[in-house]
Amino acid sequence: MAGLDPVPPVLTARVGTPGSRKLEGYVADGGYASWRKVLAGSSTGEWTPAKVTEMVKASGLRGRGGAGFPCGMKWTFVPPKEKRGGKPVYLLCNADESEPGTFKDRVLIEEDPHQVLEGMMLASFALDVKHAYVYIRGEMWKGAAVLNEAVAEAEAAGLLGKNVLGSGVDLDITVHRGGGAYICGEETALIESLEGKRGHPRIKPPFPAVWGVWGCPTVVNNVETLACVKHVVDRGADWFKGIGRNDRNTGPKLYCISGHVEKPGVYEAPIGIPWERLLEMAGGVRGGRKLKAVIPGGASAPMLTAAEIAGVPMDFDGLAAAKSMFGSAAIIVMDEMTDMAKAVTNISKFFAHESCGQCTPCREGTPWLNKMLKRIVAGGGKKADVEMLLSVANQMANGMTICVFADAAVAPVLSGVAKFREEFEAYVAKAGAPEYGLAAPGEVSAKVAGRTAAGMHD
Amino acid sequence: MSGGANTPLGELPGNPHAGEHGARSCGHPVSFSPATKAAFDRLLARYPTKQAALLPTLWLAQKELGWISREAVDYVASLLSLSPAFVWGVVTFYTMYNRAPVGEHLIQFCTSISCHLNGAEKVYAACRKKLGDLAPGGTTPDGKYTVVEVECLAQCDKAPAVQVNEDDFFYVTEEKLDDFLKGLK
Repeated sequence: MAGLDPVPPVLTARVGTPGSRKLEGYVADGGYASWRKVLAGSSTGEWTPAKVTEMVKASGLRGRGGAGFPCGMKWTFVPPKEKRGGKPVYLLCNADESEPGTFKDRVLIEEDPHQVLEGMMLASFALDVKHAYVYIRGEMWKGAAVLNEAVAEAEAAGLLGKNVLGSGVDLDITVHRGGGAYICGEETALIESLEGKRGHPRIKPPFPAVWGVWGCPTVVNNVETLACVKHVVDRGADWFKGIGRNDRNTGPKLYCISGHVEKPGVYEAPIGIPWERLLEMAGGVRGGRKLKAVIPGGASAPMLTAAEIAGVPMDFDGLAAAKSMFGSAAIIVMDEMTDMAKAVTNISKFFAHESCGQCTPCREGTPWLNKMLKRIVAGGGKKADVEMLLSVANQMANGMTICVFADAAVAPVLSGVAKFREEFEAYVAKAGAPEYGLAAPGEVSAKVAGRTAAGMHD
Repeated sequence: MSGGANTPLGELPGNPHAGEHGARSCGHPVSFSPATKAAFDRLLARYPTKQAALLPTLWLAQKELGWISREAVDYVASLLSLSPAFVWGVVTFYTMYNRAPVGEHLIQFCTSISCHLNGAEKVYAACRKKLGDLAPGGTTPDGKYTVVEVECLAQCDKAPAVQVNEDDFFYVTEEKLDDFLKGLK
């Protein structure tokens, strides 16, 4: 049965210990035992790619990058060898951690890189991958250096390269630095970027499992997901499944807590612990103030009021039921002093800056939202602006664009205005700006009316 | 992407399309040092296509040359058999490739939500003021500091967070601004 009782940290067990980044320390702590075990067993048939995949499927591990898609199932979408036409399969570790409020993968990479590498090795074995890449965001200079060093150590120890440990298995891992673009965390944008292009998301289908990087079957997994794979193979699917709220939300989870709490940081806990316990781990709201709102899954997640988040299980399904999302478990806490209109304006700035520019509703809509919000908080807003924010936001999302960036961009605006409307209206009322000079419908020329109807209201 | 039937545009001697893009000129041709060229060759071996090495090659160029000039774009294009216009398109998509010279210390203030909740915008403004009323993204006349606003650095638990060149700085509040700047000298 699933459990929410506190368990000793697994993913972060080695964080902060001396030599946590070094191969020697990792091996001394039992590291690479699974990689050795699987390779040794591959010749006797004790370990097969299918067995590793089955374990991951049975563990219930859901992707830790944001979407929460079952990891093992994602792997099974890769066509079998006979249907690949001789094409190689690629594994891409998504280390483009850029969602505001998220900083868990950084900890894993910088403090325990071999754990991530071993997860990649086991996933590569399961997927018949000969060359895996870590796509790490450009800003993580230190993380890239640490990972490169870890790869070099693993290569020198014969854990990577040709015929690893005499098993006949070949595997290379390359660390690839991005150039600074949030959208490259979206898996098809990441693939485009790795190919040496602008990070423009692709239209799906085809999905990466069939047509990914360089037109080959590709699996993109988050850093934390791959670290979990290592522990699933170490300890078994039942162990993993024994942690967490229920069968759909399993395993240990890294929660990133930031904003107005006493002790912001990364906390490891069974997935699905109640909100109150998480807040308590982070020392509660800063200065003993009252909680006002929480963004539970990174800047893309709809915000929840203090009342709405009370008692919510912090996992994929718990937050979906609360009409928000778990995302990357980036929990941004806002106390009673927070100016919600300014907070929403800030988030809209992020999305306006990061839109890749490929689809018009997003490219034009994100800066428009930001400009209107900036005008409102600067004291120049008109009464109709609040309603217009909603109108613009509603025309950007829900399938109007190639990827879900636009949906992410409007979530904080729609939820912020819906839940804290009086704060936006207070700015507008204080501004006392004259209203838009709207003509009565009959006064509008037929030509303009036609254009408006076609362009705005369909 | 390429012009000639067999020869990629970037490789044509005296490529007529070199410089046909918006990049700023540094005034002289550029090329990699032998050490950087060797690093570039090692890079190529890690990818099944030359084009995939574009981002890492731009990183090498920026490291060696400081910023991505018109000449750097043309040179990288020739190395990877890409058109200069394509390379420039990629350069402009990503925020971390400098399209003009930057100060010795590139001070990047995160102002995304968690840093915002901890007063990052005020610190960003105060820092610019302190360095001689710099405009956003401006550089001091002595070429020592460039101060710019960036999006989330994934250091949200240590807000306000700042990145200077390749180093991270944490809890950079207004009170600590003087110490922070002193530490950069």
